[in-house]
Amino acid sequence: MIETRALSVALSGKPVLADISVALPKGRLTALVGPNGAGKSTLLMTLGRLLEPASGDILIDGRDLRAVPPRELALQLSILRQEGAIGPRLTVRDLVSFGRYPHSHGRLTAADRLEVQRAIDRLDLAGFADRYLDTLSGGQKQRAQIAMVLAQQTDVILLDEPLNNLDLAHARRVMRIAREEADAGRTVIVVLHDLTVAAAYADHVVAMKAGRVAAEGPSEEVISEEVLSRLFETDVSVAEVGGRRVVLTL
Amino acid sequence: MRAASALILAGLALAVACLAYLSLGARGDWGFVLMFRGARLVALLTVALAVALSTMVFQTLAANRILTPAIMGFDALFLLGQSLLVFTLSGVGVAALGAYVTFGLETAVMLLAALLLFGTLLRRGQDISRMILTGIVFGILFRSLTQLLNRMIDPNEFTMIQSAAFARFNNVPEGLTWITAGLTVAVGIWLMSKHRQLDVMALGRAASMTLGVDHDRQTRRLLAAVALLVSVSTALVGPIVFFGLLVSALAHGLAGSWRHAVLLPLSALLAGCILVASQTLFERVLHLQTSVAVVIEALGGLVFLAMILRRRKT
Repeated sequence: MIETRALSVALSGKPVLADISVALPKGRLTALVGPNGAGKSTLLMTLGRLLEPASGDILIDGRDLRAVPPRELALQLSILRQEGAIGPRLTVRDLVSFGRYPHSHGRLTAADRLEVQRAIDRLDLAGFADRYLDTLSGGQKQRAQIAMVLAQQTDVILLDEPLNNLDLAHARRVMRIAREEADAGRTVIVVLHDLTVAAAYADHVVAMKAGRVAAEGPSEEVISEEVLSRLFETDVSVAEVGGRRVVLTL
Repeated sequence: MRAASALILAGLALAVACLAYLSLGARGDWGFVLMFRGARLVALLTVALAVALSTMVFQTLAANRILTPAIMGFDALFLLGQSLLVFTLSGVGVAALGAYVTFGLETAVMLLAALLLFGTLLRRGQDISRMILTGIVFGILFRSLTQLLNRMIDPNEFTMIQSAAFARFNNVPEGLTWITAGLTVAVGIWLMSKHRQLDVMALGRAASMTLGVDHDRQTRRLLAAVALLVSVSTALVGPIVFFGLLVSALAHGLAGSWRHAVLLPLSALLAGCILVASQTLFERVLHLQTSVAVVIEALGGLVFLAMILRRRKT
């Protein structure tokens, strides 16, 4: 469970988030949606303590995020960032193994290796686990980064646009994994652009606009024609196809 | 294993270079020869170790393989501290303090200034062209300030500093050899004990923070170690700008690994090898006294140019 209280964040002096108070429930998949520049990624980075809030509090299981030592936080919370440029020349397995660093501090045990292999298999990376990242496509790199986050095995998982560069089969695979992690009792928070995907997989939706929370609630309530049309300032229709809601913007 | 064989080969090459340095052209009493040359060999190896480790660690912190402490103006900063000391205490005062105290003071000035200036820069600077530019500007600023001070100092005192302002491998101040060697080895051991954490920090600030490394705090500590090592090498042989770059480029090329467990020792072995071998070649075989620094700098400069040009292509 992550809770924010009157959170505001400024980037180089400019306010980006203002007065964000949300409760992101444990064991649920929460989708962060909203137009470009709404502050979704900024909120995610702040929850992951990569950005300092200007004011307000973040509570992780009732505990102030600032009070958690870095080592301990890395065992509780992992984050997939959008700009994940990797400096050194690593193989997929090297990168995923770094996800175990909070647990074993670089000395991989047999259990760590097993966990790494499991993350690699879950993201369908087994075929090129020993290839260098710079020889892979954007989608394959993205999956490797997601595998690294999974290998970290934290209670809170933050994913910033995990479906970037992914083909449709792998996008579905990643969303199913996110769903499984939430069902296993983890707090999963995902920034999503595809609202149909959000409607299909998320339990809880936080809609953001211009640095504020525009709507928050169960996905059936937030993914509706009225809320979405207001959020994106354009006509949005929500149709039902095969028992699932599909968001159309034609 | 490629990394292991690279380490063994570099170690063997270093051993051969050291033997050649100690024995080539030696005449007369071996005890005296070994003692005299041995002390200078220790100084050379200290410089090699200091340059190699400071460069590798700095490049990890900067997440960049073109920047080195020397290119960012670290040694110019040390020379400025040196001039500042002579300027405020006068040459007689500095001479009265003795080599150890002077070195200690210079290093303290260096540590403080390096943390203040480069601590904030590294934290923000992701733009590489801007970092290089800042380094060049810092270098020019420090050198100009040093020159300004030198002009204001009494000419007799100026001669004290003058000899320190150029790279020289032939006359290393003897009093400092052992204490700097001890210091460098101690810092080296500390850095080696952190090799796994350095691997994580090489991923960048955000990535290492998500993996539980207190990046800002560790950066300050490592930067202090870098400043210490640069102080050692500059105090012993003066400023050498491109040697570190040459060594790190070779180490990365030969190691074929991102692990600091390999990169740190390999770069140190290579640095020692290059320095001792070229010193042997120029001093014993070619009988040229002053050219070592020039040749090493020229080679390193070429590597720098090649790296910048290759970078532009990709």
